[in-house]
Amino acid sequence: MSILQTPGSDGRFGEFGGRYVPETLVPACQELEAAFEDAWNDPLFRADLDQLLREYAGRPSMITECHNLSEQLGIRLFLKREDLNHTGSHKINNVLGQVLLAKRMGKKRIVAETGAGQHGVASATAAALLGLECKVYMGEVDIARQELNVFRMRLLGSEVEAVTSGSRTLKDAVNEAMRDWVASVETTHYCLGSVMGPHPYPFMVRQFHRVIGDEAFTQMNDATGTSPDFVVACVGGGSNAMGIFSGFIDTPARLIGVEPAGGAAVSRGQPGVVHGMKSFLMQDEYGQVAEAHSISAGLDYPGVGPEHSYLASIGRAEYPTVTDDEVIAGFQLMSRSEGIIPALECAHAMAWISREAKNMQGKTVLMNLSGRGDKDVGQMMSILKDLT
Amino acid sequence: MTGRLEATLRTRIDGGGKCLVPYITGGYPGWVDAVRACAANGADAIEIGIPFSDPVMDGPVIQQASQIALEGGATPVSIFQEIRTLDVGIPLAVMCYYNTVFHAGHARFANDLVAAGVSAAIVPDLPLEEAGDWCAAADAAGIETVMLAAPTAPDNRLPRVAERARGFVYSVGLLGVTGERAELALTATILAARVKKITNKPVLIGVGVSNAAQAVEASRVADGVIMGASVVNRMMDGGSEAVGLFVAEVRGALDGASW
Repeated sequence: MSILQTPGSDGRFGEFGGRYVPETLVPACQELEAAFEDAWNDPLFRADLDQLLREYAGRPSMITECHNLSEQLGIRLFLKREDLNHTGSHKINNVLGQVLLAKRMGKKRIVAETGAGQHGVASATAAALLGLECKVYMGEVDIARQELNVFRMRLLGSEVEAVTSGSRTLKDAVNEAMRDWVASVETTHYCLGSVMGPHPYPFMVRQFHRVIGDEAFTQMNDATGTSPDFVVACVGGGSNAMGIFSGFIDTPARLIGVEPAGGAAVSRGQPGVVHGMKSFLMQDEYGQVAEAHSISAGLDYPGVGPEHSYLASIGRAEYPTVTDDEVIAGFQLMSRSEGIIPALECAHAMAWISREAKNMQGKTVLMNLSGRGDKDVGQMMSILKDLT
Repeated sequence: MTGRLEATLRTRIDGGGKCLVPYITGGYPGWVDAVRACAANGADAIEIGIPFSDPVMDGPVIQQASQIALEGGATPVSIFQEIRTLDVGIPLAVMCYYNTVFHAGHARFANDLVAAGVSAAIVPDLPLEEAGDWCAAADAAGIETVMLAAPTAPDNRLPRVAERARGFVYSVGLLGVTGERAELALTATILAARVKKITNKPVLIGVGVSNAAQAVEASRVADGVIMGASVVNRMMDGGSEAVGLFVAEVRGALDGASW
């Protein structure tokens, strides 16, 4: 039996997950759960989605063997190139699935939260393509550090609203999107951007991202004749990591989800409930949710998807942390060694690989390069002043 | 067994009156006086909010009050300590988000409420399917758990929500978060009528009941109202005196109307 869980109607992965939402949203979550199950089992829906992924998003994404870094680090390093998807990250996989589903459910409008702006841009893109109205909530702090993505979303015809409550980052953008959804649930689909939130989102979003791991499993087999020894991905909410882990969960590969030191839900958090789910959560002694701090807006999140909490609790995946300084070094290392500028989120995975390479000599390592770094160049200019 | 909150509301209803439950954000500067002002001016019970970092059911007013309370150092423990000193003679309910309960532990939180003299709890992000463990602990401690009935609930859900409710059924007045509205939403009385049809428990409308006229309009169908943002707004602008005047005005309107 696979370790990959299909949650029942209670939406649990072990003790984690569930559906902790106001009564108003319960029927909508139930409707979505049924609609997703129906669509996922409908060959016509799957064919439509596959066609969009192929002809619009550019799937399958390739794997790239990093000869220079492999030699430097003494490992055999492969990248799964989600950065080459349309809109520049893995986020498009989930968004095309959800927006197609929203249309099938007769919704006219979607709302989304975004941190770094990658999910917001992907949502705005899919909404433009499929003709839905789209509103994206984004923390004021993130708007300042990702202004290019804000402009992109507006260019694509979406409304972007600045969130000024709380820490003014991703967690508060989720709150505001949920408040919108409570008021607009009859016409609106909440296009949640990670493997988090109330059931069925963690399960559904993982299913939409499984394509990453399924492709990579075959690609790695073709390239090396076997599965990698390590599969490494960054974790904020954890969607790109769940996507790639899905393909290797039943292999002997060690699964490594790298969290930012300032947003380390698994290693520094305790079980808690926020944003509709029970999962590891950074919080104070009274259960107030802590504010995360990360150089990368996309990982600036005090929680984590419930399936990651489950995988951590059974010891199937590991969740180490890296510091912002290690991330900056990882960002430069990949740029200079391979001619690939990674998203700051993925630079977390690179930083961990670089730090731990001494313990992985001769091993095959697959890293999910979940997004490209163009969006982060402006922010990095103010950090790497010697290059400007 | 009927709890203190439900018994108190029933006394009002059986006497031909309508119930008024104001909401005060616990920990906000001057909140204890505001609670006393509510009690002195005709509230039947008072809902005390335990501020939470991520209040998804609340609009800007209660969000702001919560944030100020948290920045002032309010915690569940400090609020319970102050509640213990209140002797207002009417039942108190706390409104708190589920992580506050979960983090403390169900049994411990229920016992803390009892120790503070609180009768009931309202947990707006704990829907029926997830409520079992908390409700069991609350029942065992004698805490009444108020359940929320939402406008989106299908007919086959409402009886289960009402069955599980203790104290009263909180009939959500609109699709949306707490906050004042120019008019009472049409859905407010439609839902309350649906709920009244399937339960004998008190049914109070809350969320979007903003002034005395709306309270009367809502009470034409419901057994009374919960008033949150309108009360908190007055607390933030004019302190306990403004709260007292407002509660007295609504009480007067409810008592002066013919039902």
